[in-house]
Amino acid sequence: MEDIIKVEGVAKGYGKHQVLQNLDIAIKKGECFTLLGPSGCGKTVLIRLIAGHEVPDEGKIIIDDTVVADSATGEYIPPERRGLGIVFQDYAVWPHMTVFENIAYPLKMEKRPKQEINELVMKMIEVVGMKGLDKRLPSELSGGQQQRVALARALVADPSVMLLDEPLSNLDANLREEMRFEIKALQRKFGITVLFVTHDQEVALAISDRLAIMDAKGNIRQIGNPYDIFENPADLFVFKFMGIANFLHINEKGGKFYVGSGQQEIPWEGPKGTAANWVAGFRPSDVEIHRQGPGLKGTIHRANFLGATMDYAIDIDDESLRTEIETHTAINNDLMFQEGEECYITFKALHWFDAEQLKEVEE
Amino acid sequence: MAGGTIKKDSGFGIAQVILFISIAILVIFVAWPVLLILFNAFFVDGKFNSVDFYNVLTEPETFQALINSLIIASMTTIGSTIVGTFFAWLVTRTDLPYKTFMKSLFLVPFMLPSFIGALAWKMLLSPHSGYINKWFMAAFNTTEPIFDIYTYHGISCVEVMYLFPFVFIQVCGALERMDPTLEESARISGAGLFTITRKITIPLVMPSIMSGALLIMLYSMAHFGTVAVLGIEQGIYNIPTLIYEKIHESAGSFASIRTGTVLATVLIVSAACIIWAQQKVLSKGHYQIIGGKSFRPMELKLRGLRYPLLFFCLAYIGFTILLPTVIIFMVGGVETYGLPLTWENLSLDNYKYILFEYDVTRDAIFNSVTLGLAAAFITMFAGVMISYVIVKMKVRGKGILEFLGMLPFSVPGSVIALGVILAWSGQFGINLYNTVWIILVSYIARYMAFSLKANSAALEQVHDSLMEASRSCGASMWQSLKDIVIPLVRPGMVSAFFLIFLPALRELTVSIMLYAPTTRTIGVAIYTLNEDGETVMSTALAGIALIIIVLGQMLINHLTKKASE
Repeated sequence: MEDIIKVEGVAKGYGKHQVLQNLDIAIKKGECFTLLGPSGCGKTVLIRLIAGHEVPDEGKIIIDDTVVADSATGEYIPPERRGLGIVFQDYAVWPHMTVFENIAYPLKMEKRPKQEINELVMKMIEVVGMKGLDKRLPSELSGGQQQRVALARALVADPSVMLLDEPLSNLDANLREEMRFEIKALQRKFGITVLFVTHDQEVALAISDRLAIMDAKGNIRQIGNPYDIFENPADLFVFKFMGIANFLHINEKGGKFYVGSGQQEIPWEGPKGTAANWVAGFRPSDVEIHRQGPGLKGTIHRANFLGATMDYAIDIDDESLRTEIETHTAINNDLMFQEGEECYITFKALHWFDAEQLKEVEE
Repeated sequence: MAGGTIKKDSGFGIAQVILFISIAILVIFVAWPVLLILFNAFFVDGKFNSVDFYNVLTEPETFQALINSLIIASMTTIGSTIVGTFFAWLVTRTDLPYKTFMKSLFLVPFMLPSFIGALAWKMLLSPHSGYINKWFMAAFNTTEPIFDIYTYHGISCVEVMYLFPFVFIQVCGALERMDPTLEESARISGAGLFTITRKITIPLVMPSIMSGALLIMLYSMAHFGTVAVLGIEQGIYNIPTLIYEKIHESAGSFASIRTGTVLATVLIVSAACIIWAQQKVLSKGHYQIIGGKSFRPMELKLRGLRYPLLFFCLAYIGFTILLPTVIIFMVGGVETYGLPLTWENLSLDNYKYILFEYDVTRDAIFNSVTLGLAAAFITMFAGVMISYVIVKMKVRGKGILEFLGMLPFSVPGSVIALGVILAWSGQFGINLYNTVWIILVSYIARYMAFSLKANSAALEQVHDSLMEASRSCGASMWQSLKDIVIPLVRPGMVSAFFLIFLPALRELTVSIMLYAPTTRTIGVAIYTLNEDGETVMSTALAGIALIIIVLGQMLINHLTKKASE
């Protein structure tokens, strides 16, 4: 599939604060692409650069084979001629216009006939589930409804790309879940390319065809589909950012790998590549817990009953990890441990990382 | 598909054009006259001469004027801030009866020019001939007046009466737009009403209170009318009245202008100090408490105090507005000042005379109305443009504009007048002296600060994303300004118009220094007639002025109502 948005070598800073540097990204036509990163990592800046609300210090941005911003030539196409739809974090619904007027605005700007505007807007109002509310002012709408107006307004002129800047972060949890499915459904329905920006990895996994993980310094750590990112993280940062993570420090002696400073060898194939020190990373769900060996011998440090699952914190020599097990599975297999009891650990999945990375992430 | 395409053709550098025009306006109208003042204050015959500057400053007369300015301005500011904030809170956050009506009543003092108020209070409370004092002395058989208006206290009280709406308007606006959840959450956390007011409400509206107080402080420091009417008789001069006196008595000679520039420099510096201190306070507590969402404010139940407080408000208005107005119209109706105010002595003859027969007053009315309208329109539009650049635009060179934009705040009226005399009386090719244009130019410079203040405040509440959203919807910058920004800042523009047109209509401080025999404004005519002992004519013209001002206000209200529909 062809690339609809290309960001090449883009840098952007404010005063002495360098937000983005030498950034490359390509977004394919028709996909839902998510930029996922911690707050303040520059993802909003990137979306503003693409939309044309900021001008890059370096590099160029290409939309639909047209250069919209190029620092080398000084070329710059203003936002209104980029043909994009945008949904802002704070909705940016115009308070002095009704729902209808808000949604009709992009069409009015294209000078479409009144009749057509009417039809398209009423249809769009229905699509976003706001039928009958067209004459309301934004102050008479809930947050979720204002969000829908913003969505409808971004979609109504049939843009080739829709940019969404943390559109769900101001909504409550239930609404957030509902809206994320709706956005996905709308994207499929209109076959539109979506660039989605969020710091919420759950939303990102649920909604994206592909996602890019950005670190706090504005570097892209990995680009891939949600499964890839989750299962084959490129590095420790990505792994840690995608969910609760355990890390065990590993001590290498004569080609064997021991947990912490203890004598137990980790029951997993050793790392490939070179690093001075290694850590083993895995998620709570990657851990299997047993009454008997084989496996790493440990002690239950804390047992938490969370309803559907049991949550255990386990000490293995001088290291510790967290795991969870379904309550029913635990009961049926005699795995309801008490604090202080002995247990054995094996792994369903495990990733090797350079220990240097852990220091860097924990900084 | 019609959408989703990129339209190519290079954008015109609108941002640069706006920036350039904005800087040009501020430089020509504000910065240049001020620079000329500083230059003339420090340079004698093209050479720097600080000794002469120091000599003028240390004259007892000058020094006393500076002290007087400070005393009066401080008392006025404190008084107005307390009065304005209290009434603003009453009409926005309590269940006071007839709140909307009361709110508009508190804006009425805006309509009454303070020097006309001073004139009225002079007639009521001058120690020996004031009507109240005369009545009091007769009733209690004493020779001591109940209150002497020719004092610092008298002057400050009169200024407070007519200046407090500056604070009132600002605080009302902030209280109405403030997110009530901030207060509600404090209440839920168990805070009492007193604590909420002290810890949440007051800190949040403090920037507005301070900016209103700033306006008053500046206004009072540079205020001419009240001190001229009530102070000069007892030898109480403040800086503006002394500048006027110096220039007036030596008929525009260069030496007197130089003395004037030294005094003006003192005024500029002290005003700059106030602003600097004020900026410090503001920068500590600047919150964006007003977002794109709309709120319903929380109201305090006054219970048993509802009607007593209503009565108090009405009594305040009656005493400060109604009483002086009545006295103006009555004295304007008698044949000679001092006659008892009985029905037999009252007639409309004076009013007929000044409206239809007397050239001086007819010209004055025409001049003031046209000058006021022209200045208000020009300054409103220039102000919205300049504040837009300052608040919203990200362009190079904005720093200069921010500095220039702050300048009008620290340049008082008499300074402007003096600077305008230096700049536009022929030394630089254009001679506007003795024409009506020099007054217009000085009005624009003088009221730019109000326009910038009102428009910036309104613009700051328009979140950037609203404009960005419209740009991304296909609207050009102009189109977005027209469809999104202007409608949302219209209240700010309207209030800028208010803040310019009505004061310009009764302007005295600037025009008193610039008038020629045919270019008197209403204020100048009232003042000069009063000085010449034509008390009755002066008062009658003041009455006419009040009617024009009220009509102007009603017209504006009508227009803004229409515009917002």
